[in-house]
Amino acid sequence: MGWDRNQMAARAAQELQDGWYVNLGIGIPTLVVNYIPEGVNVTLQSENGMLGMGPFPYEGEEDPDLINAGKQTITELPQTAYFDSAQSFAMIRGGKIAMAILGAMEVSESGDLANWMIPGKLVKGMGGAMDLVAGVGRVVVVMDHTNKAGESKVLKACTLPLTGRSVVNRIITNMGVLDVVEGGLKLVELADGVTEAELRAATEATLVN
Amino acid sequence: MGFTKVYNSAGEALDGLLFDGMTIAAGGFGLCGIPELLIDALVASKVKNLTIASNNCGVDGFGLGKLLDTKQIKKMISSYVGENAEFMRQYLSGELELEFNPQGTLAERMRAGGAGIPGFYTATGVGTVIADGKETKIFNGREYVLETGLVMDLSIVKAWKADPSGNLVFRKTARNFNPPAATCGKVCVVEVEEIVPLGSLDPDHIHLPGIYVHRIIQGEHEKRIEQRTTRKREA
Repeated sequence: MGWDRNQMAARAAQELQDGWYVNLGIGIPTLVVNYIPEGVNVTLQSENGMLGMGPFPYEGEEDPDLINAGKQTITELPQTAYFDSAQSFAMIRGGKIAMAILGAMEVSESGDLANWMIPGKLVKGMGGAMDLVAGVGRVVVVMDHTNKAGESKVLKACTLPLTGRSVVNRIITNMGVLDVVEGGLKLVELADGVTEAELRAATEATLVN
Repeated sequence: MGFTKVYNSAGEALDGLLFDGMTIAAGGFGLCGIPELLIDALVASKVKNLTIASNNCGVDGFGLGKLLDTKQIKKMISSYVGENAEFMRQYLSGELELEFNPQGTLAERMRAGGAGIPGFYTATGVGTVIADGKETKIFNGREYVLETGLVMDLSIVKAWKADPSGNLVFRKTARNFNPPAATCGKVCVVEVEEIVPLGSLDPDHIHLPGIYVHRIIQGEHEKRIEQRTTRKREA
């Protein structure tokens, strides 16, 4: 029932438009590159200072000077450009990146996002997530609809410390697609085999028509 | 002998610049483009109670992690420190202070500090703990938080090539925080893989002009890879 990680990534890839500059987060968002539709040309930004991120290198061709924001070795493309971190976040804050696709721990019905910190647990840091959600044109969140205990991660209000306030535009989960609209969330699409009743039962946030 | 920016070793290049309790900006992202040789020289110097602004804090036993092992760091200003067990141990036991900055805010604080801008407004962190206790202001109907520029006692930076006047060229994503870090220090010391003769760098292709660079050393770098990821060759 519902979408698996790859199907969620494939659905998220449908959000991409030809000519866009896009930033993909770590986890399921990274899988989105495998599903970019035919004829859609997007340039991937890596916030450590690169536009035009290529695939992983062939074994033996790894370059320690060429990594992505997840510190993985990658390659460059013919259109690649490098720049420093201040320039990188200038283009993020300046709204030049059309979309970011990010993972989340919780999302609220007003578009609040929590994805960097669980109080009492080891805090690693927000990295560039706060800058991305505050700056890019459109924020799409990809995550499981519920946590391991079966509790909704789509909430009236986030319980965890926020990454950004009113920043999320669209939520893609294993159960479907929701948009953040005036007054709550609007159901856009149900995942294969999921009924609206099931999605409503798994959603704490207000659903509006 | 006349004025020169070129020094023979990292230790020599830091001579006279270090004091306990000083503040340092360090370039690098993860282990990419970090000033390995200058970090080793800081370890050897035994200077302590350091406040270091750097996006990350190395890994156990490498990069800035070496300065944690010797307990020379008092405080880190970073955006992500998840790769370092000794960091977490010292932080949780209260031995080490940590100020989280969003990555772009940290980069811009360095850039602004180096550019003579004491503060700037950003939408990053509005409505989060990052904005707690900070001044905010509405511009065109949107809320922004006031962040301050960073001016540090010393910058330690890694570049690919330098000429003797200090003009720098970086390589691929090893550029990262190095240029903004270089500009925000009162003194900037740079380590490079190669010092090339004057005139051999194209003046149009200089990434950071030598005005920001005070001392240069050349040396061998380990350039450790943090996450080696590859793909299979198609048969």
